Amino acid sequence: MTTLTLAKALNEGLRRSMEDDPKVLVMGEDVGRLGGVFRVTDGLHKDFGEDRVIDTPLAESGIIGTAIGLALRGYRPVCEIQFDGFVFPAADQIITQLAKMPLRSLGTLKLPVVVRIPCGGGIGAVEHHSESPEAYFTHTAGLRVVACSNPADGYSMIQEAIRSDDPIIFFEPKRRYWDKAEVDLAAPGLPLDRARIARPGADLTLLAYGPMVKTCLEAAAAAEEDGRDIEVVDLRSLNPLDMGVVAESVTRTGRCVVVHEAPVFTGFGGELAARITEQCFYHLESPVLRVGGFSTPYPPSRLEEYYLPDLDRVLDAVDRAFTY
Amino acid sequence: MTSDAPRGVEAPPELVQLLTPEGERVEHPDYDIELTDEEVRSLYRDLVLVRRVDLEAVALQRQGELGIWASLLGQEAAQIGSGRALTDADMAFPTYREHGVAWCRDVDPVRLLGLFRGVNHGGWDPAEHNFHLYTIVIGSQTLHAVGYAMGMQRDGAEAATIVYFGDGATSQGDVNESFIWASVFNAPVVFFCQNNQWAISEPLEKQTRIPLYKRASGFGFPGVRVDGNDVFACLAVTRKALQNAREGQGPMLIEAFTYRMGAHTTSDDPTRYRVADELEAWKLKDPIERLKAYLFKNQIADQEFFDKIDAEADALGKDVRRRCLEMPDPEPEALFQHVYAAPHALLDEERDQYLTYLAGFER
Repeated sequence: MTTLTLAKALNEGLRRSMEDDPKVLVMGEDVGRLGGVFRVTDGLHKDFGEDRVIDTPLAESGIIGTAIGLALRGYRPVCEIQFDGFVFPAADQIITQLAKMPLRSLGTLKLPVVVRIPCGGGIGAVEHHSESPEAYFTHTAGLRVVACSNPADGYSMIQEAIRSDDPIIFFEPKRRYWDKAEVDLAAPGLPLDRARIARPGADLTLLAYGPMVKTCLEAAAAAEEDGRDIEVVDLRSLNPLDMGVVAESVTRTGRCVVVHEAPVFTGFGGELAARITEQCFYHLESPVLRVGGFSTPYPPSRLEEYYLPDLDRVLDAVDRAFTY
Repeated sequence: MTSDAPRGVEAPPELVQLLTPEGERVEHPDYDIELTDEEVRSLYRDLVLVRRVDLEAVALQRQGELGIWASLLGQEAAQIGSGRALTDADMAFPTYREHGVAWCRDVDPVRLLGLFRGVNHGGWDPAEHNFHLYTIVIGSQTLHAVGYAMGMQRDGAEAATIVYFGDGATSQGDVNESFIWASVFNAPVVFFCQNNQWAISEPLEKQTRIPLYKRASGFGFPGVRVDGNDVFACLAVTRKALQNAREGQGPMLIEAFTYRMGAHTTSDDPTRYRVADELEAWKLKDPIERLKAYLFKNQIADQEFFDKIDAEADALGKDVRRRCLEMPDPEPEALFQHVYAAPHALLDEERDQYLTYLAGFER
């Protein structure tokens, strides 16, 4: 076991993938000499050279569009979008090309492209640096969308994503980059499309992914003092969704609160609530409740503590779930 | 120029031309070409056959057998000239109008019709032909081509990539980004812009205030304007650009100055936005007529040859029609196929439920 931050675990995962497969490339803005603004690609340029670790022009559509071309030539590009809010110039290439080209080719083309996106708020940043755009991509058939929440998953999930023959949108919770945990570098990780019970419990299920997993674990620990036994499920994969783990958990606990940073309105939590209602209706003791961002643009950083779901807002929803 | 004046009728002085509209062979100091009589006859054959396929496709659309068709009428020389410049190892990225390039890459014309008939979104294997799938979003493929060329660079391949786009596409961000990337990485890519004067209803001056080929210099690579209705010039210029790219000299922009003689697609009505005189003027520069005149004048081909090609074209048209009509509609299950390379639990579940639902009607 090794103690790693999430950023370092991702870095180790990338390094391992590049060692294993010479077709793996890393590309993006400042990923080379600088090692990325969050240092996730630190040292890769030095060890693998500029042909495999490509500092790109400052153009996100160009990053994804050329990655598609490289993938068509047999490479496995791992693209870094520097911040969540910068993915939109690339949205056209991701949605109209990356997601749809395999179908267009009737399966003759594979696009093993990973799009890494540091996501979420909580770091006191300026506008466009704190967003949670996952629902735009889960709504796009042809993409797989995953979110890591901790160093061990970061290490294994990035390698699984790079091995995938499908395009993957890979969300990294930027405010957790510096969180440390034990990582077993030799352990095989869970398959990429599987959810994980992060904390078992009997009374209520908290569903979360990415940055909110830690918040939910803290909320569950706090609720324990009130005598409530809360289960936390880390979804890990949003598309496909591991509905087996989710339904089994909610069927057992009878109560569910979904937590994400993105706005609640037409957010990913809406899909979860609908599916749980369809599949667990007779087991539910209360409606599925949602905690998330408001129907506002992401606020200036001095307001973000009011915007972001925190331990108290999660516990408030848990309390409400028990009033039914 | 007023909005009603005919466009592009006067040949601009900087045009690379090896065959005049009257079928006279002319020299150019930078670009010349030696072709055997057999090669010239074969170019003529290609031009005639792709025009015939195109006409058949327009007819099929008019009869309701295709949902839509994007005609290449008038652009045959630009496509055959550039397409014939490619080696097997080169890779081409088309728009949705490159039926002539597809022909040069041995893609069965019926395969092109699938997309327009609505049985698929693109029915050929790009790797088999080194001809990518049609791209409908304007300009997106330019970035794919540059990325592919960067891959060739990393592979040490003796090959280059060519990417097709139109005058309208030059306004797209992706095309401009692709110019930057190609330049910065010195990628072995040839940008082949068919300036057919019209982006649906918008004339060239809605896209640019300078000749398009001059844009290249701002990005740091050479640009050239070629007579897009002159198959010799298109072949010569593209061949040289590809060779330069293969040798590591980086990208080049070719502006093929041509004319969209038909509508943008079969859904379009050009009488609403352009004057009839313009089409009449361009008919005098027809790419096939000028080559036919050259063949006649130089006694490279006789009437028997032309009759034989016409008969071959008719047979091809009939064959394309027959096989288009025979194309089966896809089964409902095809909805769910090829969305992902690996199994996807959610999609599999939706498929199973829907097929069960549909089966309920068969009882």
